[in-house]
Amino acid sequence: MEARRPGFYWLVALFALFVVFLYGPMFTIVLLSFHGPDGGLTFPMNGFSFHWFSRLWEGLGVVDIWAAFRRSLRLGATVMVLTVVLSLLAGLAYRKRFFGSNALFYVVVASLIVPSIVVSLGIALEFRLLDDSVKATAESLGWTAVSESYTTAMGLYTSGLGAQLTWTLPFGLLIMFAIFNRFDRRYEEAARDLGATSWQSFAHVVLPIIGPSVIGIGLFGFTLSWDEVARSSQAIGDLNTLPLELQGLTTTVTNPEIYALGTVTTGVSFTVIFAALGLIMLLRRRQARRGSDAGKGVEPAWVQRNPGTPGPLGGRSRVPL
Amino acid sequence: MIEQISFRGAVMPAVAPAPGPSPSAGEGAPATDIDGLSQRRSAKSLEAPAWLQIAPFAAIFVVFFLVPLALTVMVSFWDYNEYQILPAFTVRSYAEIFEGCIAKLPELCVTFKTYVSTLKFCLTVWLITLVIGFFIAYFLAFHVRSTAMQVALFLICTIPFWTSNIIRTISWIPLLGRNGLINSTLVRIGLIHQPIEWLIYSDFSVIMSLVHLYTLFMIVPIFNSMMRIDRSLIEAAYDGGASTWQTLWNVVIPLAKPGIVIGSIFVVTIVMGDFVTVGVMGGQQIASVGKIINTQMQALQFPPAAANSVILLIAVLFTIWGLTRLVDIRKEL
Repeated sequence: MEARRPGFYWLVALFALFVVFLYGPMFTIVLLSFHGPDGGLTFPMNGFSFHWFSRLWEGLGVVDIWAAFRRSLRLGATVMVLTVVLSLLAGLAYRKRFFGSNALFYVVVASLIVPSIVVSLGIALEFRLLDDSVKATAESLGWTAVSESYTTAMGLYTSGLGAQLTWTLPFGLLIMFAIFNRFDRRYEEAARDLGATSWQSFAHVVLPIIGPSVIGIGLFGFTLSWDEVARSSQAIGDLNTLPLELQGLTTTVTNPEIYALGTVTTGVSFTVIFAALGLIMLLRRRQARRGSDAGKGVEPAWVQRNPGTPGPLGGRSRVPL
Repeated sequence: MIEQISFRGAVMPAVAPAPGPSPSAGEGAPATDIDGLSQRRSAKSLEAPAWLQIAPFAAIFVVFFLVPLALTVMVSFWDYNEYQILPAFTVRSYAEIFEGCIAKLPELCVTFKTYVSTLKFCLTVWLITLVIGFFIAYFLAFHVRSTAMQVALFLICTIPFWTSNIIRTISWIPLLGRNGLINSTLVRIGLIHQPIEWLIYSDFSVIMSLVHLYTLFMIVPIFNSMMRIDRSLIEAAYDGGASTWQTLWNVVIPLAKPGIVIGSIFVVTIVMGDFVTVGVMGGQQIASVGKIINTQMQALQFPPAAANSVILLIAVLFTIWGLTRLVDIRKEL
């Protein structure tokens, strides 16, 4: 084996230190959440128990933490599905030409760069002005039922969802660009030449090939929503998500309950991350196993069965009509 | 490797699959491929048009990004009282933000102080994340040889990005706190007698936490740029007698520049608009522009909050412009 370049061992040391720096604090939180009942916010460990988890299970005083938990889970799932579907469609659209594609790309990049607090404030203002105009219109038209009962259009699945999508969709689109830059269009052409409709070539050829990366987009969609604070902060409405509750708790809770909550939240994140990574690996393996026999020097089994027919990817051959 | 494939009596050349994952369809359709062409055309007509595919995506950005930004600019020029915002043009909010700022110079007014403090955080965090991010990316791209190892180590760096920022922030408290692990250890081994006060709720803890959160934003784009560098250029530099540092400085850094700029833009803009980390790790005592906006929103003072947002936005755009200029200038030299 070739000798390592100079500096290699320094860089290994730096990398190891960086990993400790990344994961060390997270590890302390998990450790401290298993404090005994007398444990405080810091070391040394005061026994080992599930005391703070059972306290957390009963809820945290005035804050209904489990309602927030369920809300965040549902919102995260919604954001995930929308991010995957909308990014996928947008990625397909960007393979063709459409009016304003450049401008839209700049808007998407700007959405990543504009400070989240500014976006959040803008959405809050938008909904406030909308509420005011709805009320004014209802009053001027004499719809008392509306003007009396109407409070606000702001909420988890209106302003909150929109605010989070402005953060997750740019990641989705950038990943789609990366996918289609590496995508070999000839697979698709082959499918078309063999008579596949555009839907068939998408569902049976394109989607299976890009599948693992699409799961990656879903991973971004859920986890970014699950932890989102800055963009949701002004735009979420009356009901808070879990990370927003957590942010409030940092100043009020003075016992390891907050660490227990941190451990649970991180646990959900890790479950989702490893489920997604596992699924990606599974799909890749499946692709490697069943996807292509190109370059293996053997004819596909079905060609051997029916000698004389062109292979599925074997160039531009005529298709029986 | 050309072989004859006969099919339905027609004999035409077909290119056998080339080694590697990609099928090798011939470039340019043969003249006989009339059926294929017409068929592709009919398939195309069934395909959803691009504008329909992009419409929902674009609509989200219009409704939740462009319109809100426009409204922010508009409301920043509106008047207000304790109860409501008044749609009448005024520069009151801006006048209040910069009140006495020019007259008091060289003493800094609150607004200028806040921006100087925010800028200081930006610069420090940018420098630290740049150095760490660059060398981590350099290690991953040039020193790790197997792809599987590269993917694994890259994932180790990436996984924390998918977990909660708030939790990653508060996880420093048991380490840096007055009675935290670092202080108690230092006291026990007798290095210090009193706990160090500046470890937490200080500039130090804010910077530490921001570096912890955002180094990834440097690593990913720089790593991406480095992976595109042709390895033979590095070999050529070594063969030409360049030292490791000379290769790094004259070959790797110039070629990794796009990644460095993208990473810098990410880190600087995130730190400029941050209010959560500065709030939690600064013990709610350190000012930042984002925190001012957040506080004014909670007090329902929308026009001043909007005006502060507009100023912050201008500052961010100015910084990005500066960063891209900086790079172009260095390219000229």
